[in-house]
This record gives sequence, structure tokens and C-alpha cells, in this order.
Amino acid sequence: MGKDDIKKLEETAKKIRRSIVETLSSAKAGHTGGSLSVTDILTVLYFKEMKIDPSRPDWEDRDRFVLSKGHASCGLYCALVERGYFAKDLLSTFDRTDGCLQGHPDMHKTPGVDMSTGSLGQGLSVGAGMAAGARLLKKSFRVFVVLGDGEVQEGQVWEAAMYAGHNKLDNLTAIIDYNKLQLASRVQDAIDLEPLADKFRAFKWNVIGADGHSIESLCKAFEKARKNKGRPSVIIADTVKGKGISFAENKVEWHVRVPKGDEIAKALDELK
Amino acid sequence: MRGTFIRTLEKMAKADKNIFLLTADLGYKLFDNFRDNYPDRFVNVGVAESNMIGVAAGLALSGKNVYCYSMVPFLTMRTFEQIRVDLCYHNLGVKLVGVGGGLVYGLEGMTHQAIEDISIMRSLPNMTVTAPGDPAEVECLIEESVRYKGPLYIRLGKDRDPVVHETAPDFKIGRGIVLKRGKKAVLFAAGNVLPAAKAAVEALEENGLSITLVSMHTIKPIDKKLVIECARRTKAVFTVEEHSLIGGLGSAVAEIIAESGEKVIFRRIALPDAYSKYMGSSGYLRKKYGLTPQAIANRITKELKKK
Repeated sequence: MGKDDIKKLEETAKKIRRSIVETLSSAKAGHTGGSLSVTDILTVLYFKEMKIDPSRPDWEDRDRFVLSKGHASCGLYCALVERGYFAKDLLSTFDRTDGCLQGHPDMHKTPGVDMSTGSLGQGLSVGAGMAAGARLLKKSFRVFVVLGDGEVQEGQVWEAAMYAGHNKLDNLTAIIDYNKLQLASRVQDAIDLEPLADKFRAFKWNVIGADGHSIESLCKAFEKARKNKGRPSVIIADTVKGKGISFAENKVEWHVRVPKGDEIAKALDELK
Repeated sequence: MRGTFIRTLEKMAKADKNIFLLTADLGYKLFDNFRDNYPDRFVNVGVAESNMIGVAAGLALSGKNVYCYSMVPFLTMRTFEQIRVDLCYHNLGVKLVGVGGGLVYGLEGMTHQAIEDISIMRSLPNMTVTAPGDPAEVECLIEESVRYKGPLYIRLGKDRDPVVHETAPDFKIGRGIVLKRGKKAVLFAAGNVLPAAKAAVEALEENGLSITLVSMHTIKPIDKKLVIECARRTKAVFTVEEHSLIGGLGSAVAEIIAESGEKVIFRRIALPDAYSKYMGSSGYLRKKYGLTPQAIANRITKELKKK
């Protein structure tokens, strides 16, 4: 991975962030903080790591992706547009009546969405099932599941973790968007997740740390996950909620707030 | 409705030091006052609804009066077995307060819409199931809930729900409220569809069809006496709710009518037994599924013509 490749991915991430700001501010709804914190992860997945073909969203050998933190749908839609799954002008229908880009991803409505999500805690189980399915079908596709950190408080996440660890699902990679904030508070003030890496290790997972806003760090982490055998991998990606917009970064209120008025130009300016 | 809920609960919590409020990471800013005034009696248990129900049961067994808050699907469906075993089996007085009944969170998609909750909660022994029709009913319900025995499910709309009752309603859990008397038919409404039901009845009145309107805010135990009395008087019974046709208010009233021996016209006005294939706001989805005042009025007119 050369410097130019990294630079290119950084530019792509910036484009996706700009789309997120434009889409959310035009819809006057959606989740800003979590869409921006997951952007670099989505960029590396869709533009480097995953074996996919935007012209064939139903291709049976494609790698699968589950956005278990479904409220970051806007980030996913903008990444799908950038990757060529559908036209950019569709983003103007985000969260609008009769559209196909719903508040939470719906596989019946949006091309490129492999699993409908929105009820937190369920995605990792489905991802583990897909990974087990690949093995049964003797297919080589891999499964990626992005979880929010607040979401990891759901008990079902740990049931899935135990199952995947026990079954040595090394074709499964979970990525935790660890931005340290949840809907109503800091994660550590609701239920602290630490020591998170130790928890996953105890559940028989290959644990990889990453800077969730460094393309290089993320690429290396995914490479480690790819090469790892005999255990599922989890990439604990340290991120910043609202990343890229100075006035939204690390602020609980930006979980659901969207840029409005002067904030829109200011945000887009920062993302030039 | 949620604003009225928390304002009323705060008022009650001031007088009653046993009142606890648990949230599964929902209601940003909504609970700031409560948390600041009663920091020891407010807990964000994290994104972990099933655990919240168990913790609530434990607190209740320690003599606390616990209110659990989340969105309807996460509060009633993910947690179903915890509610069944931890709360209902022991008849614990834990209150489950769900925001977003019916199609309120339309654009968020099916994960956030709630069309099966009344049916599910109604099937549980000991559970009381309520769906207040406006903020005035919410206030009365929360006041009464503090001393209510046994598990109680409260299905709220969201915010900016219109006020239907101009004066304080004569509210009691388990008893319907007659908002208007009319001879041609009776319309029972549950939950946040009440304003639309009222507007429909007013439109019918203008067209010379005088209809009895009842807010059936308690679906279980249902006000059987009132159902039979209204059926006997009008010979035409309609129910309306923002819930699936299966298991909600319509089913509860149907059970009574079927066993009563009364010969009446009976029709349920509700959502179909299907997840929405449309994407849109609650207002848009109500139009699509015939839950606007006009659609409700038209349906009643049509059915009465067949009489």
C-alpha cells in the first residue's frame, strides 16, 4: 500500500464526509456523529478490503457487510454512492417519503445493503450466521460487521461473540466504532466497556487495535484480520464521534443533531 | 406525550421517594431535570433492555417503584421473556413506558415502528395494557400508575401529540372514556389515533351520522361493561388503532362482542397484518393505511350503508 493509495482513500473519505453533511442537513434528520466516526472504516472496507461488485449487489460470492449500528445509515449510503451502487442524486431522497434510503438500512429498499438493521445488538449474530453459512457452502467470502460502542452493551453481542469464538469463524471480522459516546451520555458513564480487548480475547477472538481515522492503520488492521486463521477477528477502532466537523466532535448532542444554517457551510469548509 | 410523562413523573417523584426511573440509553435531555433532582433514583442502564427489565424486577423486589423507558419495540419485544418471567409471573408493579407506539417513527423504518406490541403485551397474565389517547390522559395515567398494582405497559406516542380533552378527563385505568354520545354507531379508539378518531366523528356528525366516541385507553383489562352497553345501544361497533389487526383493541373488543350474543355490525379499522412496504413519515403512512380522519369517516359511512 503506497502513499498515493493512502492519499486516494483519504480523499474518498473526505468526499463521503461531505456527502454526509450535505445529505443530513438537507434532510434535516439523521445521525451525524456516528456517521462521521465510521466513515474511514467504511472507506477502507468498500474501497480496499471487501471483494464486491457494485454492478452485482446480489453476487453470491461477494463479501458481506452488516452495519449493526444501523443509525449510521447515512454514512453507509454515502459510501455506497461513492462506490457506485447507486446515483448520487438519490441521496436527496434520504429520510424522505417514498424514497429508498430509510433512517435505518433496509435490504428490501436499498441496493447494496446485505442486512436490515436498526435494532441494536442483532448484527453480530447475523454476521456470524453468514460466516457459518459461507463455511457450510464452502464459499470463500468473508463477513464484516460494524458495531457501535454503546451497542456492545447489548447482551446479544456477547452471545454472538461466544458463538463465533467457539466456532472459530475466522471469516468473520467485527469492527467496533469506538467513539466513546452513546445516545444519552459518555459510554463510560452508562456502562463502561473496558477492558474491551481483554473481553474479546477471553471469548477466543483475535483482537486488533487501530486508529479508526488513519487509513494506514485501518488497512494494516484489516490485513492482520485477513491473515489470521482459527479465530474471528475484532478490530477495536478508536474513533471520534462527529469526526471532521470541529464543533460536532466529541459532543453527545451530535448523536442526532444535524448541521443547520451557517453550520453547513462551516462544516463543508472544514472538509475541503 | 413523552414530555407530559416525564413532567408528571417528576411531580410524583417529589412526593414519593420510592419512584425510580431506568432508561436504556434513550431520552437524551428528556430526563435531565429528573436526573438532576433525583440523581440516586435515575439510571441509564445502557443499550441493554433485557438487563433493564431484570434490574427493574430486582429493585421492585426491594420495595422500589420502578419505571422503565425505551422505544416500544426494544422495550416490549426484545425483552419479552424477561417481562414474562421477572415481572408478570411475580406480578411486580414495574411500569413499562414505551415511546413511539404505532407508526410514530415512520421514516426510521420497521425496526422503530411498533404494530404488534399491544397484542404481545396483552397475552401476558397479570399485565395491564394502556395506550393513552392524548397528553391529558397521559397525565392522569401516570398519576394513577404510581399506586397501581402489577406490571403496567404504557404505550405513548411521541411529542406534539394534540390535546383531545379540553378539560381534565374522568380517567381510571380499566374504564373507557365516553367523549361523545351518538346513536348510529360506536367508535372505540386506543392510543395516539384518538385525535383522528375525534375528527372523523365530528365529520360524520356534520353529515348527519351521530356516533358515540370512546377513548379505550386501557386495552387490558378491557371495559367489558361499556363495550356491551354501547353495542346494545348502537348495533354497530367500530374500533380504530395504530396497530396490527391482530391482537390489539379490535381483537379485544371482538372477543367481548362474539361472546355477548349481541347482533351487531362489527369492523376493525387498523393496520394490516404486514410490515409497511412504504417509506414515509407517520402522517404519510396513516394516509396509505386508511387511518386519517377522512378515511376513518369514509369507512364507517360505507359499512353503515350496508346495514
